[in-house]
Amino acid sequence: MTGVPRRLAQAVVVLWAAFTLSFVILYLLPGDAALARLGGGEGVTATPAEIAAVRAEYGLDDSLVVQYGKRLLAALHGDFGTSVITGDTATHMVFGALPSTLALTGLALVLAVVFGAGVAVLGTYTRVRWLGNLLLSLPPLGTSLPSFWVGLVLIQVFSFQLRWVPAIGSDGFVSVVLPAITLALPTGAVIGQVLAKSLRTQLGESYVEIVLAKGASRRRVHFGHALRNAALPAVTLVGVVLGNLLAGTVVTEAVFSRDGVGRVTAAAVGTQDIPVVQAVIVLSAFFFVLINLAVDLLYPLLDPRLRAVTRG
Amino acid sequence: MFTRARRVVGLGSVLLFAAACGTTGAATTAVDAGPPRSGGTLRLGISSNPDCLDPQQVGTNAALNVGRQLVDSLTDQDPADGAIKPWLAEKWEVNADSTAFTFHLRAGATFSDGAPVDANAVKSSLDGAKALGAKGPLASSYLAAYKGSEIVDPLTVRVDFSAPSAQFLQASSTMSLGLLSPAAYKKTPEQRCQGDGLIGSGPFVFESFKQNQQVVITKRKGYAWGSPLWQHPGDAYLDRVEYRIVPEPGVRSGSLASGQLDAITDVQPVDEPQFTGNGFTEPVRANPGIVFNLTANTTRGVLTDARVRQAVSKGINRQEVTDTVLTKNYKPATSVLGAATPLHLDLAKELAHDPAGAAALLDSAGWRPGPDGIRVRDGQRLSAAVIFSAVFNQNQSALELIQQQLRKIGFDLRIELHTNAETTQLQIAGDYDFLWYNVTRADPDILRQTFSTKASNRSKLAQGGPLDAALDKQSATVDPAERKPAAEEAQRIIVEQAYSIPVFELTQVWGIGPKAHGVAFEASSRLRLFDAWVS
Repeated sequence: MTGVPRRLAQAVVVLWAAFTLSFVILYLLPGDAALARLGGGEGVTATPAEIAAVRAEYGLDDSLVVQYGKRLLAALHGDFGTSVITGDTATHMVFGALPSTLALTGLALVLAVVFGAGVAVLGTYTRVRWLGNLLLSLPPLGTSLPSFWVGLVLIQVFSFQLRWVPAIGSDGFVSVVLPAITLALPTGAVIGQVLAKSLRTQLGESYVEIVLAKGASRRRVHFGHALRNAALPAVTLVGVVLGNLLAGTVVTEAVFSRDGVGRVTAAAVGTQDIPVVQAVIVLSAFFFVLINLAVDLLYPLLDPRLRAVTRG
Repeated sequence: MFTRARRVVGLGSVLLFAAACGTTGAATTAVDAGPPRSGGTLRLGISSNPDCLDPQQVGTNAALNVGRQLVDSLTDQDPADGAIKPWLAEKWEVNADSTAFTFHLRAGATFSDGAPVDANAVKSSLDGAKALGAKGPLASSYLAAYKGSEIVDPLTVRVDFSAPSAQFLQASSTMSLGLLSPAAYKKTPEQRCQGDGLIGSGPFVFESFKQNQQVVITKRKGYAWGSPLWQHPGDAYLDRVEYRIVPEPGVRSGSLASGQLDAITDVQPVDEPQFTGNGFTEPVRANPGIVFNLTANTTRGVLTDARVRQAVSKGINRQEVTDTVLTKNYKPATSVLGAATPLHLDLAKELAHDPAGAAALLDSAGWRPGPDGIRVRDGQRLSAAVIFSAVFNQNQSALELIQQQLRKIGFDLRIELHTNAETTQLQIAGDYDFLWYNVTRADPDILRQTFSTKASNRSKLAQGGPLDAALDKQSATVDPAERKPAAEEAQRIIVEQAYSIPVFELTQVWGIGPKAHGVAFEASSRLRLFDAWVS
């Protein structure tokens, strides 16, 4: 199969592009991490010579090409460098934050799929008109509510009023529930919208009438035939969904005071801490590549036609 | 008059000392809390990640509020009047031109790794802080003229400077020059940032740091060399302090209100009413140092003319800024220095809102109202830009209000938000009309560091002016009698010439829950937890 080496090559290109683009963008922004470390207007009195010394130590005074070359070479050995701001290595910061982010996005993904698929399937299946309308109006609502606001409302109700869960921190399973719901909402809404739309399309297809005419139950048609065909476009979304989730952590982790990759990213971008930003971006790109690969491999299982094409 | 008022407060605090209830800048404890109790954990919500915990390196409140508890200093500064008091040094002498400071250390103090706090440790600490360079912007600015430390005997050390450095005495009281064990400098600055080798002699020791999550410090057992300014001898009361990093202000205040935290820093103006009465207290203290101000680049555009700068100063209604954008806890500036800064001079009259006076100045300078209300002269608009970063949440709204106020006198203020790094870059390059910032420092020397033509020279003045002379003079003596007139003259020149246009004082507002007591401000308005306890 020619697909695998080609996909691997594509993956390498994607990783390289993510690495390069993030570097160039941060390099081109005015200011740098050495200046950010001096801290806003408060860093009054550092002399240009002292700032130059910090720049030299972190290699920030090299030319674009030299800096890029050095970083790329080190990155190939898994070394993204040391954060100018925290003094910690970039990989340690990112991997240290990863478990908490994985727990959050993992649960959010499950909730998003359950919520999105549930709403879409029930909303198209039910014959109670108002219920169907209600269910199918949830996804547009879910995408339009800012997750920042949703998070604060959830905290207000379930933590400050009912006191069921802590408002802050990332210790234990309880702490991940509210943030996961917050994060799952917009993502689940997208899944719900796409799935509902393609379900309705499928239900209008002529094969549905044929199956029904042959005497299959409505339930069987809905779940056995239409859903299976409708799932395909939704699965394609997984890459997008993952992106949504990772991007959503920036806000969600801050609102819920969790540590995690989103927090690390936001801080590092704000201070132009190139090593940390690059470590995050390359890691994210790696996940993307992996997920998309998995999706590609999943397609033929869901769609026999694709199996035939690949074999052909 | 002012000095006298201070003396009365000082006397009052002595009388109240027995009741363990200072009124002199220390946060008050709840009245019926009973006597302080040892033990327990204080859960403290802070607004931002400290990034790096070494107090010698990082100058943010988040980092210094942790670092202050871990390290002791040679001296301590009284938050009530700014006086320098003994701490690790029992006494000291300063030579005539403030270039040599001899400290006599108390015996018996040790770092938490067992090493003695002696002359050698002072030397290695100051050498280490100096070596940080721009990695320790505050420490290295305090040590700008540092030549070296001479070990006179095991408990006596002389610190030498190549230029008069009166400010060093106050600097020796800050956590930025807090002492670390000689072993600390065997680690890299980056390791110390993360707590590895962060070994002080303070009442608490570092336990753990999880980025964006929390910092934990625990009680140092057998601590017996606290500052005489503190309320009790011996160990700290608290067994453990957990600094929880809670960036979202509403969550921070809600967590305090719902009892998930015991105390929080950085209560936002909108949340302030939550914690008045009802068992909560709200300690407030303005920062010493340079207040939030518009520093003019006197070489740029319309700001080269002193009359224009003075008109801008008169056009600003400072009271309206604090009333509208902030709260009653924030005070309008009465000088370029905050009122909590030693040798602050009250120039409230000079800083009064006077739109008529502003108009007269602009008229005399030939600026006539243009078609859109903004004044013009020879086809040039009366306009300047201010650059700032969002280090303080209300910066943008304060500047927008100032913009509206100045529009009324026909001045067009353009507001330009930049990142921290970019602001610093533009500031160093001198590429700005107005610069908006504040600097926390409990010593008037911050004026020299900021405005002297031999230092940052943020107003881009020509060398050898009367301001330089006054700044040099205050730098050459630690004697308040001599230093005071020089520091006051410097403030007067800066305000009258409107090199800087002061607006309001940055103020720390904390929320303290019903269980927490004795959380106090030190002289730079940062946390002091030695006397804190939980009931």
